[in-house]
Amino acid sequence: MTTDILNIADKTFKSRLFTGTGKFSSSDKMREAIIASESELVTVALKRVDLENESDDMLAHLKSNQINLLPNTSGVRTAKEAVFAAELAREALQTNWVKLEIHPDPRYLLPDPIETLKAAEELVKLGFVVMPYIHADPVLCKRLEEVGVQCVMPLGAPIGSNKGLKTLEFLEIIIEQSNVPVIVDAGIGAPSHAAYAMELGADAVLVNTAIAVSQNPVEMGIAFKMAVEAGRMAYNAKLAPIKKHAEASSPLTSFLNDLN
Amino acid sequence: MSFKNTFETYDWDTLEKEIYEVTAEEIEKVLLKDKIELEDFKKLISPAAKPYIEEMAQRSNTITKKRFGNTIQMYIPMYLSNECQNICTYCGFSMDNGIRRRTLSDTEILQEAEHIKKLGYDHILLVTGEANKTVGVSYIKHAIDLIRSQFSNISIEVQPLLQEEYETLIQSGLYAVLVYQETYHKATYKTHHPKGRKSNFDYRLDTPDRLGKAGIHKIGLGALFGLEDWRVDSFYTALHLKYLQKTYWKTKYSISFPRLRPHQGGLDPKVEMTDADLVQLICAYRLLDEDVELSLSTRENELFRNHSVHLGITSFSAESKTNPGGYSVEPESLEQFEISDERTTEEIKNMIQSQGYEVVWKDWSKSYVNFI
Repeated sequence: MTTDILNIADKTFKSRLFTGTGKFSSSDKMREAIIASESELVTVALKRVDLENESDDMLAHLKSNQINLLPNTSGVRTAKEAVFAAELAREALQTNWVKLEIHPDPRYLLPDPIETLKAAEELVKLGFVVMPYIHADPVLCKRLEEVGVQCVMPLGAPIGSNKGLKTLEFLEIIIEQSNVPVIVDAGIGAPSHAAYAMELGADAVLVNTAIAVSQNPVEMGIAFKMAVEAGRMAYNAKLAPIKKHAEASSPLTSFLNDLN
Repeated sequence: MSFKNTFETYDWDTLEKEIYEVTAEEIEKVLLKDKIELEDFKKLISPAAKPYIEEMAQRSNTITKKRFGNTIQMYIPMYLSNECQNICTYCGFSMDNGIRRRTLSDTEILQEAEHIKKLGYDHILLVTGEANKTVGVSYIKHAIDLIRSQFSNISIEVQPLLQEEYETLIQSGLYAVLVYQETYHKATYKTHHPKGRKSNFDYRLDTPDRLGKAGIHKIGLGALFGLEDWRVDSFYTALHLKYLQKTYWKTKYSISFPRLRPHQGGLDPKVEMTDADLVQLICAYRLLDEDVELSLSTRENELFRNHSVHLGITSFSAESKTNPGGYSVEPESLEQFEISDERTTEEIKNMIQSQGYEVVWKDWSKSYVNFI
């Protein structure tokens, strides 16, 4: 099987499955599951790691040539806080990549579109590779693209809900219109959801809760890997069209053939 | 507008009657629902719901795992002062209690902080009595300034303050404020707080509103179980929570479950809350709200705490000392109340891990509150 490569900024990815690090029962379990999933981009909440401590448990477990760390700004409520957090992460983790998350609502963790756009613009100017977590809003995606983000990360459903692609209609528009990779983030609760997102043409998916909270995170990591590959392969192979009407075996106009 | 307006539309006696008249049939209907609302919560905390505790616990476990994963957060209290100008009938710090008073000095605060840091903690809760002259806002601010570099997450449990005072402390790096109403029964509240600023029921009731307006990151709510009927008090707490969540939507909330504990000059609880009652309540809160943090302190015993990991609790304290300087400065001084779970932090950590949960020490960045 040939795998097509995903490019974001200066990096290439064989795997289109990005993963998270929260909610695992232990750092060992987290590492095992991520390795099994073959994910090459792993998001880490700044608030969870001790940037001043080189032996931080989570960071120590993620040290691998195959794993790129993607710090996220989860916990900030404003653009100003996000920019500050991103700068801290850049300095401490030696990466200019940042997953921009601004959710002033601590319950459903829904992203603030206005603050996100403001922060994205500022961070791009400061030389960051910005991956914004947003609602599935096609216009916002285009606005973010205009300010220079390297991809967009619309949600399928609220974070951790495992509800799947509740924003389907808007994801389709975003995928159709986007000039930057579209990574479906949040809400993906089952490998079938991930496969569906990939079949639709998403460039990648980000999954955390569904793997971390499953009974067997390692096997679930593998299941997601396979689902993402299958979905991507199906997208590349072009799905057979869905027809709204049955194709009649004796069309109404077949008599025209008899006239000749 | 404040919670007081909502509060006044409810009547304690009517609520009590409604809670005690719930039937098994009503509970079964509630348990079929996907979304549990305040009226459903009222039913889940009723005596009629007792036979359904296991079912509630199973559901609580599942939704807690979905939202919080397999993790338990750790925090520890640090008592700064036992000076207090209130008389509270149930509290060891009460002004009429003839104990030796002390307030930690800068050196002592740093010594205690260093000791706590070595235990592994990154989330600290600063606690004082209510003595505005000696442990007023400037003392609290100074204490935060002293220890800010050592902890990512600093919370306080002190006297209710003004909005501007909270704003000052937030600027200094304060993350959360815990303020319990003790009881929502106005007459009973007055009986237990006969003297001091704390006797002002309305001022205390409005405190979370002042915190919300000040833009605090997290507010901790709760009632002190034993002063009044826990079921009615818990309904009011849930009502308070729902009001706050709608009004101050950027703030996070936590609920604690303090039951009256023995202390110097102690008070016998008016209403007993059994372990089964507490399990029922924890699960009812989780069913009402998937996201609210539920916290359990060392007031509870080992057995109960071991099992609560699976019930919906999301944060734990351990090895707590409830006397100023109790960790290293003056371990033998008088405590505010006796703790029940005396295991070390290491033992608690091992207990949590052995149940398949990750112990989380750090879940906040001080840069988020201290970015200026």
